Amino acid sequence: MVAPQPSTTKAKIKCHHCGDDCNENPFNFEEHFFCCNGCQTVYQILQNNGLCTYYDLNENAGISLKATHFEHKYNYLSEPKIQKQLLQFESEKLNKITFFIPAVHCSSCVWLLENFQKIKAGVYSSRLNFIKKELAVSYNPTVVTLKEIVELLITLGYEPSINLQSSERTEKSNKKENSLIFKIGVVGFCFGNIMLLSFPEYFNMDLNDLVDVQYQRFFLYLNFGLSLPVFFYGASSYLVGAWRSLKEFFGKQTNVMSVDIPIALGVIALFGRSFYETFVNQSAGYWDSLAGLVFFLLLGKWVQNVTFNFLSFNRDYKSYFPLAVEVVSEEKATYKNVSELVIGDKMVVRNEEIIPADAILIKGEANIDYSFVTGESATEAVKTGELIYAGGRQIGKQIELLVKKPVSQSYLTQLWNDQPFEKDKYTPTTELANLFSKYFTFITLTIAIGTGIFWWFVNPDKTWISMTAILMVACPCALTLSMPFTMNTVMAIFGRNKLYVKNQGVIQLMNEIDTVVFDKTGTLTKNSQTKVLYEGEELSTLQKQQIVAVLKNSNHPLSRMVASHLVNFQREEAFTISGFEEIKGNGLIAKIDGKEIKLGSAEFVVVLENSNEENANVHVQLDGKYYGKFVISSRYRKNWREVLGDLKKRFELILLSGDNAGAKTLLQPYFGESNLHFQQKPGDKLQFIKSSKNEGRNILMIGDGLNDAGALRQSQIGIALSDDAHSFTPACDAILEAKQFHRLPDFLRFSQISLRTVKASLVLSLVYNAICISWAATGNLSPVFAAIFMPLSTISVVLFAVGLTYLYAYQMGFLTNKVHKLKI
Amino acid sequence: MGVIIFLVILALLVAGGFLVAFFWATQDGQFEDTVSPAVRMLIDGEIENTDV
Repeated sequence: MVAPQPSTTKAKIKCHHCGDDCNENPFNFEEHFFCCNGCQTVYQILQNNGLCTYYDLNENAGISLKATHFEHKYNYLSEPKIQKQLLQFESEKLNKITFFIPAVHCSSCVWLLENFQKIKAGVYSSRLNFIKKELAVSYNPTVVTLKEIVELLITLGYEPSINLQSSERTEKSNKKENSLIFKIGVVGFCFGNIMLLSFPEYFNMDLNDLVDVQYQRFFLYLNFGLSLPVFFYGASSYLVGAWRSLKEFFGKQTNVMSVDIPIALGVIALFGRSFYETFVNQSAGYWDSLAGLVFFLLLGKWVQNVTFNFLSFNRDYKSYFPLAVEVVSEEKATYKNVSELVIGDKMVVRNEEIIPADAILIKGEANIDYSFVTGESATEAVKTGELIYAGGRQIGKQIELLVKKPVSQSYLTQLWNDQPFEKDKYTPTTELANLFSKYFTFITLTIAIGTGIFWWFVNPDKTWISMTAILMVACPCALTLSMPFTMNTVMAIFGRNKLYVKNQGVIQLMNEIDTVVFDKTGTLTKNSQTKVLYEGEELSTLQKQQIVAVLKNSNHPLSRMVASHLVNFQREEAFTISGFEEIKGNGLIAKIDGKEIKLGSAEFVVVLENSNEENANVHVQLDGKYYGKFVISSRYRKNWREVLGDLKKRFELILLSGDNAGAKTLLQPYFGESNLHFQQKPGDKLQFIKSSKNEGRNILMIGDGLNDAGALRQSQIGIALSDDAHSFTPACDAILEAKQFHRLPDFLRFSQISLRTVKASLVLSLVYNAICISWAATGNLSPVFAAIFMPLSTISVVLFAVGLTYLYAYQMGFLTNKVHKLKI
Repeated sequence: MGVIIFLVILALLVAGGFLVAFFWATQDGQFEDTVSPAVRMLIDGEIENTDV
């Protein structure tokens, strides 16, 4: 038997399906190369169904399939009770279901998924919502089962995400969003028509001409009619909001004046003055200015609410837990929805599956990976009769467990019963916004009254005219328009660089941060992707085979990493291994074919004192001779030193790790001894953030797992780090893709710059306001001037802020990433 | 010149019709997915060509 040799040719062959580099032995099928069996299978399926257009639309459109395995994973979908919870419509001949498919990414996906009925008989139709990544499938249950559909989707690389959350179908209502769009539609309609009907006024109709006067009146009344919906429907939210804020302010419930107040003041002044002009003076009012103002304000509001609607920022343990688990009762195996588990149920958990409830091990070898739940990186071997906590992942063989507590009361899920999870986290308005609206209102009112008093003594006729004019033109557009537009630009730029923030408030809050709290496992370090490199004297194929054979007996994470690195060197015929012994914290020793083999730490293998190694190493000693070491490197994220060093200059850094204190010496230079906290349970983390918040700190927390969920929720800003934004992330304010971790300081810096840009645009708008107000104070503000100057100043302020933001983004290299666009 | 009044009202009515159409489209969810319909439309044509 010859072991596969790594090819010596350096030319990389790309997989025809997914575009990944093919390894040593590419699969060759009909003159196309594939990186793995999975990719080849998809190609064959598509070819058999005449669907190879998939590859014509986009090159290498497919999804890499190297990591898929689903033997028994979806068996529960055959259970009618479980099906019922997922299906939207059920009848004898027609079932309907909607899947969430995170892997959807290009036009080929749309094409393939919408041609699904050609691949699978019994599927009537399938429709993809690309933005939400949702596939709606209707099928004939007598021809094809739900399980078959799901498994075929997985084979094709489009694994639907089905978890405990999927059974609780909650239709997100778009009503609020729609009502804003309706308002914009109505106000836009009125705005356009009022402008058109105001044209005769702009060109100075002759009011002494009898015919002209007749038309003039017609246009005026029509304008009035059109501005009624603008005032009573479009501006209603501002008027109501201002009224509420005033009541609270004078009721001493708050000392904050909302920005609705100056807006409502302006809108009322415009409406009242125009009403007077139209019906008393029979001259043109400021109807067009009113409609324009409300239209722009509503646009700003809409931009403010734009979010990444394909991402979910409110996930709890339910989207991490499986939907169903196999339950054995009286020799019969059925599947049960996890939330329906009761104490005493006997459940079966297989390799890589998650234990959904606190349970006692009754059969099998349990080796539980708690890394996502507690942050502890090493797996834990559990003996029969011991308790296993929900959220752990079984690694190894099938086990049987006895449920001790229902899901909602498990050790882990209890965290969600804690106080911070009870209500939706709300993003507070920032100091800047509060200050601005407060002073703006007072100053505008003061100027208006001052002007009124002046004219009262000089020329009483002009008192009301000048006062209303001032209120009309004073527009807080810097805050209500340039802020949302700038923040929206920043959000888009961040999104382009793979930092997805929940809403605009988060970007503003980033400026008030003074403390950054890190989690270790999965945040500073990588969870799964470890790179194993061998350093030292060359090992022969036989020796490698021996090492793998020995390592297979160990469950230590390092053993498994090295073993998976050498996976190509597994020999079919077994070696004779004797005297295998694993020494905790050191390594393992065994005799293979009579020769001694020692694998483990430096102290253990080569008897060295100094072992202050940054990377985890597995040293190799064969037959008494030292060969070298496997370096398990890049366990820390790329550039983590630079990131910490940079942040250290500006923020106080704190580490909250669920892991042991092993990395203390390494991390101490960045955090300082008193800020390193190890062996923190999820509840401890939450309490720590809570108490530091009470000390008046503004905290940014960066974490990844469920163990950080409480802390992320409790801190001002919680950023969840994720290798893939669509995979599970705990509830947070922002999701950062792990590849971009090194840009974290840049993101924080850019948020500061963006706020400075907003402040600069604020100054510009104050200049405009000064010009406008001084003009208005003379009492000579004409409707035409207002109609031209007001929108012009608004638009120029917004353009200035957005343009400046783009300029800075370009300077900081945020625009080098191409926006992902669909190719057709 | 009286025709102007008639025309203005007519224009408003036509524009109002479009406003109603906009309402209907929003309510119907036509703006919810702005990506796949564009792709879908172009791709469908291609399939028919290959099938023939």
